[in-house]
Amino acid sequence: MSRQLRVPDVKRINSELFTLTYGSLVAQLIKDFEDDEEVNKQLEKMGYNIGIRLIEEFLARTNTGKCQDLKETAEVISKVGFKMFLGITPTVTGWDAEGREFSLMFDENPLTEFVELPESHKQLRYSNILCGVLRGALQMIHMKVETEFVRDTLRGDDATEMRIRLLEILQDQAPPGED
Amino acid sequence: MTSAAGAINLLSQAAPSEVAESVFDFLHMEMVNYVQQSTPAGASHKDEVVYKLERIGFQTGQATIERCTKDVHRFKDQLDVIKFLCKEFWTLAYGKQIDNLRTNHRGVYVLQDNRFRVFANISNSKQFLENAAPYAAFACGMLRGALANLGIVSVVTADLGQTLPSCLFQVKML
Repeated sequence: MSRQLRVPDVKRINSELFTLTYGSLVAQLIKDFEDDEEVNKQLEKMGYNIGIRLIEEFLARTNTGKCQDLKETAEVISKVGFKMFLGITPTVTGWDAEGREFSLMFDENPLTEFVELPESHKQLRYSNILCGVLRGALQMIHMKVETEFVRDTLRGDDATEMRIRLLEILQDQAPPGED
Repeated sequence: MTSAAGAINLLSQAAPSEVAESVFDFLHMEMVNYVQQSTPAGASHKDEVVYKLERIGFQTGQATIERCTKDVHRFKDQLDVIKFLCKEFWTLAYGKQIDNLRTNHRGVYVLQDNRFRVFANISNSKQFLENAAPYAAFACGMLRGALANLGIVSVVTADLGQTLPSCLFQVKML
């Protein structure tokens, strides 16, 4: 990659407070919906709302220009985006033949630091908010993507993997409303 | 007086992992948004919203204080506990100490933050004063949860009677 990736210096706080806050929020959602699928959906939606704002902060603090292709986008997401906001660098891997799909592998995840899923909530995708954040943020830079956690160590898998699929590049138009 | 860095090291001494401050702020904003939308409209809508956010904060405060007091000396008395919350706990959560602490020595404490971070991005005119109340509820819950886990039952309310980035938290021991 020719362009140098620089992670900007931002104000930081201890991650445990963030982890615990997220945990309390998920607990509240479970109480509100009682159905894991509904909770997953709601988390994704909240992530989307965060993503469409977060991209502004991201663009303002880094001087990232337009990415040439999805490969570069993936690099920027993992090495600048995740590094800057969550202090982690997920591994980019699992490209498909056309280069429209890739996976992010999470060795560490600040959201799940103290979490164990009980048997009764095995359908819960605990970190689903991250899917929404990526979808929202990428939509604001004209990329319509589908994101999904296909594996999760919390559910007993051997790794945590998020799959990202590029659906289309959006043309200039007002984004569809969603809240 | 403990430095800010010292307080942050209270958690995870080995390798303090950190996230961007804005990530917490975004999550908090969205949390308020979610609670407002998921609470049925009606006469008690505002109270319900504050109550629910307060409860999320309570749980967070409880868990946080447990982790950050594990290597701290036993507190001498109530005032000692409150001081700890004003300095260390507040620095951990909001990046600064409480600016002013007052008490009537009968179980009422008033904690004043002149630049409460949650309000820092809201216009300081009177325009949004009315909408600001739910944004302080989480912090109230955090304080109450922290106190509860240190054996003090209390009621914590926020008073936004002044200009915006400042906020008064009233702690009443029961």
